[in-house]
Amino acid sequence: MLERSQASTPSPQPDGEIAPRPVKFRGAGFTPRAGRYAGWIGLVLVIGLWQLAGSAGWVNPLFLPAPSAIAVAIYKLALSGALWHHLSYSIMRIGTGWILGTIAGVIVGFAIGLSSLARGVGITFISALFPIPKIALLPLLILWLGIGEEPKIATIALGVFFSTAISVYSGVDAVPRNLIRMAQSFNVPFHAIVRRVIWPGALPSILAGFRITASVALLLVVSAEMIGAEFGIGAFVLQAGNLMQTDQLLAGVVILSLFGLAVGRLINLLETRLLHWR
Amino acid sequence: MELIANHISHRFGELDVLDDVSFQVAAGEVVAIVGPSGCGKSTLLSILGGLLRPTGGQAELRGAPPADSLNPLTFVFQDFALLPWCTVAENVEFPLVHTALDAAARRTVVDDALRRTGLTDFRGAYPKQLSGGMRQRVGIARALAVKPAILLMDEPLSALDSQTRELLMEDFIRLLAADAMAAVYVTHNLEEAVRLADRIVVLSRRPGRVREVVTIPMTRDERGGIDARGKLIGLQNELWSLIREEAIDAEREVQHA
Repeated sequence: MLERSQASTPSPQPDGEIAPRPVKFRGAGFTPRAGRYAGWIGLVLVIGLWQLAGSAGWVNPLFLPAPSAIAVAIYKLALSGALWHHLSYSIMRIGTGWILGTIAGVIVGFAIGLSSLARGVGITFISALFPIPKIALLPLLILWLGIGEEPKIATIALGVFFSTAISVYSGVDAVPRNLIRMAQSFNVPFHAIVRRVIWPGALPSILAGFRITASVALLLVVSAEMIGAEFGIGAFVLQAGNLMQTDQLLAGVVILSLFGLAVGRLINLLETRLLHWR
Repeated sequence: MELIANHISHRFGELDVLDDVSFQVAAGEVVAIVGPSGCGKSTLLSILGGLLRPTGGQAELRGAPPADSLNPLTFVFQDFALLPWCTVAENVEFPLVHTALDAAARRTVVDDALRRTGLTDFRGAYPKQLSGGMRQRVGIARALAVKPAILLMDEPLSALDSQTRELLMEDFIRLLAADAMAAVYVTHNLEEAVRLADRIVVLSRRPGRVREVVTIPMTRDERGGIDARGKLIGLQNELWSLIREEAIDAEREVQHA
């Protein structure tokens, strides 16, 4: 038979005894949380300060034009159609290069992740070639492919390829082996294990790779356009710098920043949609 | 259908893990495998289930599986092995998608497996939303969905708290009785072994050899009675005395490794 009793309340303190004191809380800190508006408030403050410095004449507008001057420059570029003209070239180069590099990177990454032969050969090549700054290959690619769009697109594709391949095979390696063994224990065919276990398991790493390759593609398109292009945001920024049109130069930089933010947002949406189970 | 361990030996590199292990699991029989840590219990189960090629001997099947069995040898894993991106129903359906069953038939099978494991209300939940016990129920439902002839259970309760273990043990007993399935149950928990098994294969410390095969002298139904408790505890103590010294040696070996 169980002996039961009611939960008791603390007994009053007897005379002469030391009074109880609360246990000191020691668990604070080490859990940083991003405030919802803190980032935006900080950004507005910096831009406001920058505008104040420009309006008050504290800085020479030739070296650092005020945000309002940059906004006007962007507005004029948009009105004249020059903004879209340059942007369309950059988007075409980034889009084509990124897609080609990503397709090749995903195929090679999966091959390295799934085949011993491909791993043996592929990792050696990737380790040797990945550290090369891809923009250094642009002159060689111009020699091989001519002076058209091809060498710029190939430079971007090369830069995207290596990072994608690495993130894909790292993702495949990170898929828990117990899930693969589980699928094998149910006689699930190889192609179905790849499609239904390895692909979704590697997806977090692949999407993280997309975030990196989007930045790599943006960096390479600007570099390539600065070296050998008439149109494109990189070429526009370089021309503006050469003509000391710093408001136009910074307008180009702001557009690049907005483009990067838009791509980041797109990848966030993809992650929310595809990785909702996390 | 019978499962036979026929002189199975295995080594990982220079490390002998199993040495000449032989025993047989008859149709509808539950055989527990116990032994000190590192004696090769899980390795043996992987070999029996065809997930690991032994370096000596082989696992064999005798007799035809039931006609409706989609996967005669089916595992229930210690860590549940659920696909985190699939819902409960999708996890249970996972091994059926590549069978000859059409979508409607699969749905019927999944519904039945979920009902039998008490998961009907959780069919749309993701594994991360479930407790450990519920996750293992999903693993069991997935195993039941393919109508196995022999369940291979690798410490299925060891990752769970004692209350959940007790509840799932009752479920195992009920399901095994209902389906007349055979099972190989790897465990280091002697209480689970004596409650569930018809026979217990005791392995020696590494390299694991069959040290003794103990038959439990009562049916699973009889084990629920108060009179049986004393006998089961006695059996448990006998088993413990068989493996205690080796378990201590194995523990020291692990600490020095």
